[in-house]
Amino acid sequence: MPQTEIAPGNPIVELRNIVKRFGSVEALSGVSLTVRKGEVLGLLGDNGAGKSTLVKTLAGVHDPDEGEIIVKGRKVSPWTPLAARNSGIETVFQDRALAPQHSIVTNIFMGREITNALGLIRVQRQIDEANRLMREIGFTSKVFNPESTVGHLSGGERQGVAIARALYNNADVIVLDEPTTALSLTETQKVFRFVKAVKDSGRTVVFIGHNIYHVWDIADRFFVIDRGKSAFEGEKAAFTGADHLIDMMHQLAETGRADIGSLRKTA
Amino acid sequence: MTTAPAPSAAVDKRGTQSPWRMYYRRNGRALNAFLTFVLVWGFFAVNNPTLFLIPGYYNAFLFSVPATIIMTTALVFVIVAGEIDLAFPSVMGAAGGLFMTLVISGVPILPAAALTMLGGAVLGAAIGTIVVYGKISSLVATLGLNFFIVGIVNLLAQGKNIESRDSIETFGYAVFTGKWDVFGLQVPNHFLIAVAWTALCYVLFKYHRFGIRVQMVGDNPDSARQMGINIDRIRVGVFIWSGLAAALCGVILVQTANMVWFPTSGKAYLLIALAALFVGGTPTWGGVGTIWGAFFGALTVTLIPSGAVGAGFAGFWTDFIFGLVIILTMAAHRFGGARVR
Repeated sequence: MPQTEIAPGNPIVELRNIVKRFGSVEALSGVSLTVRKGEVLGLLGDNGAGKSTLVKTLAGVHDPDEGEIIVKGRKVSPWTPLAARNSGIETVFQDRALAPQHSIVTNIFMGREITNALGLIRVQRQIDEANRLMREIGFTSKVFNPESTVGHLSGGERQGVAIARALYNNADVIVLDEPTTALSLTETQKVFRFVKAVKDSGRTVVFIGHNIYHVWDIADRFFVIDRGKSAFEGEKAAFTGADHLIDMMHQLAETGRADIGSLRKTA
Repeated sequence: MTTAPAPSAAVDKRGTQSPWRMYYRRNGRALNAFLTFVLVWGFFAVNNPTLFLIPGYYNAFLFSVPATIIMTTALVFVIVAGEIDLAFPSVMGAAGGLFMTLVISGVPILPAAALTMLGGAVLGAAIGTIVVYGKISSLVATLGLNFFIVGIVNLLAQGKNIESRDSIETFGYAVFTGKWDVFGLQVPNHFLIAVAWTALCYVLFKYHRFGIRVQMVGDNPDSARQMGINIDRIRVGVFIWSGLAAALCGVILVQTANMVWFPTSGKAYLLIALAALFVGGTPTWGGVGTIWGAFFGALTVTLIPSGAVGAGFAGFWTDFIFGLVIILTMAAHRFGGARVR
């Protein structure tokens, strides 16, 4: 299918009035989210706010009960993991979906091996391709190569494997679900380097986290979800700092609504 | 109070190892299995060098080892996928019976063998379907199915043997059991078949999409599912492969027994093949394994009973030595690599 070129800053993925119910529980009650091409969007929310449901909706795991999903100006329905992937959205889930006893290249091509007509792996093609993807996000080092075992890598490096894998097939939008959770400072910096490289390549990143400082450092724009609804959103410049954002999240948790202006001075 | 020592700069030493160590890290399990075989052989040989250096001494060994090799190398797929198959002895028996029934009803040996292997694959598919879609632990399900299939075979055979001595003169029989004389060593065709089968398993395991996916499913089934691998299909697939191998073994067993099939055929291989698999360096936890290691594991466990006697140990030492080798190799394989997570 012909790909429509989207200019940077214009909407690439739009979720409109998304409602998702699980039995009698309404996890998302009318969320509207716009992801703009070329940005790093920080997606924030307290536990139980509907963050994971929203991520799974972006990934195609959940097909919303109401609302529509528009990718590059076209409504996509039905919305499935395959539809999401074919629309250029790749999701790296929190558990990273890796096979730790195997090599980086085997992990990158898990489930979509490059083979000949007999189903035999084209080993060198895969290694070359893995090298290219790893270089693209700056995930290179003297101490490992595509044939190194993933289980011997650090947490941040494992995230690199998952991000490199997500770039295969030329995805336009990479959704990272809690990529820095449980990572040390140095490891988090590594992940940020990968994310910046992905952004510099012109791609779009949706960065989900609950450590607001991490999200603050990496994102250009923020979107906060609360109790299944869009609470507020804004460019980084609209906030005076990470603490401003944190104060707003506190206010949100206590009162159910937050106001950018009234809290500006506290930063 | 003493001050804490200044943290030394963390130096990343990964990847700076010698090529030898890297090679060992990649192939340690197979190399350990090979070393085990050499050590066990060497231990027997020093006790009776004259006997162990006569090529003809290994004739019986080469004659009896192929079925164990074929079954063990196929079971690598099952164990690596995180399953276990205890029903393969019954498939061996059933396949032998099917093969002989076809032969005495006039089907030539080669087409009969092909049909039997097809039957083994179908039986393996049935076992896999029960395990995977019935969501039963493969340990329990295949344990039960082993008795069940043996029971059906016994009922069908009414406990009687099937013989077809006339077919011994045929071309098909020669294809399986013909021998090549190599400096006084009689290499039977079915040993060559076992080597070819091992090579096939090696390529399938290491370079084919199926083998790679078996390893992914065994390493982390949730990851494999998330990345779009149909893990149920892969799991059924390993039981099909095991059934195919068991049928080939069944066909070989009746022919090496001069075209006589016993309803108990295959029963003896349950513990032998599993011992060979683990001596061969495939760990129990799934995700990784080695085909050539399994090959050498099969050689090792087959050598022990006859080798111990040849080395001058009384027959009742066999089990002791057998157990000792298994325990020692298990300990040695720890050096080949603990599980990485």
